[in-house]
Amino acid sequence: MFWNNHIETLSDDELAALQLKRLKWTIRQAEKVPFYRTQLREAGLHADDIRSLDDAGRLPFTRKQDLREGYPFGFFAVPLKQIVRIHTTSGTTGKPTVVGYTRQDLDNWAEMMARDLTMVGLSDDDVFQNALGYGLFTGGLGFHYGAEKIGMTVIPSATGNTKRQIEMIMDFGVTAINSTPSYGMRLAEVAEEMGVELDTLRVGIFGAEPWSDNMRKELEERLGITAYDSYGMSEMYGPGASFECEERNGLHFWHDSYLVEIIDPETGEVLGPGERGELVVTPLVKEAMPLIRYRTGDITMLMEDRCPCGRGQKIARIMGRSDDMLVIRGVNVFPSQIEHVLLSLPEVGEQFMVYIDRMHHLDEMNIEVEINRECFSGELKDLAKLQKRVAGALRDTLGLRTSVTLVEPGTLPRFEGKAKRVIDRRGEVW
Amino acid sequence: MEYKSEYVIKQISVFSENRPGRLAAIAEALREKNINIFAFSIAEANGFGVVRALVNNPEQAHETLTEMGFMVSFTDVIAVKMRDEPGGLYETARILGDAGVNIEYSYAYSGKDAAVLVLRVDQAEEAIEQIIKHGGNLLSRSLFS
Repeated sequence: MFWNNHIETLSDDELAALQLKRLKWTIRQAEKVPFYRTQLREAGLHADDIRSLDDAGRLPFTRKQDLREGYPFGFFAVPLKQIVRIHTTSGTTGKPTVVGYTRQDLDNWAEMMARDLTMVGLSDDDVFQNALGYGLFTGGLGFHYGAEKIGMTVIPSATGNTKRQIEMIMDFGVTAINSTPSYGMRLAEVAEEMGVELDTLRVGIFGAEPWSDNMRKELEERLGITAYDSYGMSEMYGPGASFECEERNGLHFWHDSYLVEIIDPETGEVLGPGERGELVVTPLVKEAMPLIRYRTGDITMLMEDRCPCGRGQKIARIMGRSDDMLVIRGVNVFPSQIEHVLLSLPEVGEQFMVYIDRMHHLDEMNIEVEINRECFSGELKDLAKLQKRVAGALRDTLGLRTSVTLVEPGTLPRFEGKAKRVIDRRGEVW
Repeated sequence: MEYKSEYVIKQISVFSENRPGRLAAIAEALREKNINIFAFSIAEANGFGVVRALVNNPEQAHETLTEMGFMVSFTDVIAVKMRDEPGGLYETARILGDAGVNIEYSYAYSGKDAAVLVLRVDQAEEAIEQIIKHGGNLLSRSLFS
């Protein structure tokens, strides 16, 4: 099934022409942003210098760090008056990254999501439970508008209250569910505990965190669904930039809206199909916040074979990260953010260790911190208060519940050279 | 009011992660300095604990444990002699309760001639005054230095 048959199956020539036209438009749009004006001037490039798609390789990269430095609105190419929505995502340190959307951007996003959902066989006959966070996180609203666009009956259930989620699936006859893969596992577990069968459910969409093929098998068996992988990030509007089709062998990218490259993360050299590297994306239709060659940090590759479904080139499922970003219950966390929080708290040292485990299919993050000797009163209740305070500060910055362990000063490992502060014990996920 | 400070005793409080061998390390250090422990307790919270002890030489204990890298601090407590028979604890607890003194924590030991109740209270002076007024016995700080 196609939502937009024409654009989803453009011939190579048609697509290249469209991409080139839109790339030039994007560069002109980017020139309204001081950061890009400087970058392009330094590179000696104008929109008119781009004569073929190969010229894209001459454009400078944009990094997450750059976006953070533009906080809050430094990357907006339109006046705030034309921005109709803002989302934020965690940055590499204390400050979040802000993304803005014009009305046209929201339409573009919903259009892509409509293609995605139609591609996995959903339509106005379906009842869709959207169990991703609504709010600043792009997951909830991103799916919501696409799901409404194709006429599904949408239940904005968001996350949490798992029993109620199960009841809704049964009472409302839900046919398709969207969540993080770990929350999908949780739903399966609670349904089993409740001793209920989710007979109406037939499609599951999972994203926002990496998941393995083993997890897919388990989700499918336990929930009685066909499971699809979805991919995206706030910088590309949000989820839906890339999605599996019914073949479930790689994710289609919407090439009319994104120029996709794979590069060697060390050298920046552009790699060919079948070569594993960092995904670099230039959105081609973004008005509010155009980006040029955005380095996603995600490791994947362009797939060589054409997909039998007739749509464009696919990428492999995400295989890892080129940086130290962690994905905890769907939330992006950088170890530097943790360091930043600890530095702001005089009662604890700046050394820390992070342990990540998967308990009951949900990621749990435990952070060990050293107490500052001068701050020890000898009272247990002061320690308990401190523990709460650290966890609270981390929650405020990371947007994530963590557990905090207080340890004796001088007992955490000190690193010379590259620190290994994160011990991820979740096993095979990437 | 002077006499009251005589009954304020320095307890040492030591932070300890909740894992095997920590108490042994503390106890060994005290043994090596020939420090005697009169009373002690461990209070446990989420993954860590505080070891509290009354010792015969709190200053030396503080110094030794600090040198070893432990986090140590002094906490003011009082120690009340109780009759080591039914109702002994009640007598002391009632005095404090009637006086509106709140007990934050407490531990006890049973010695040769009496049982001793170690108390961390919110108003130490008031507690001392009330116990003396009601004919109770407090241990003097000179025993612990």
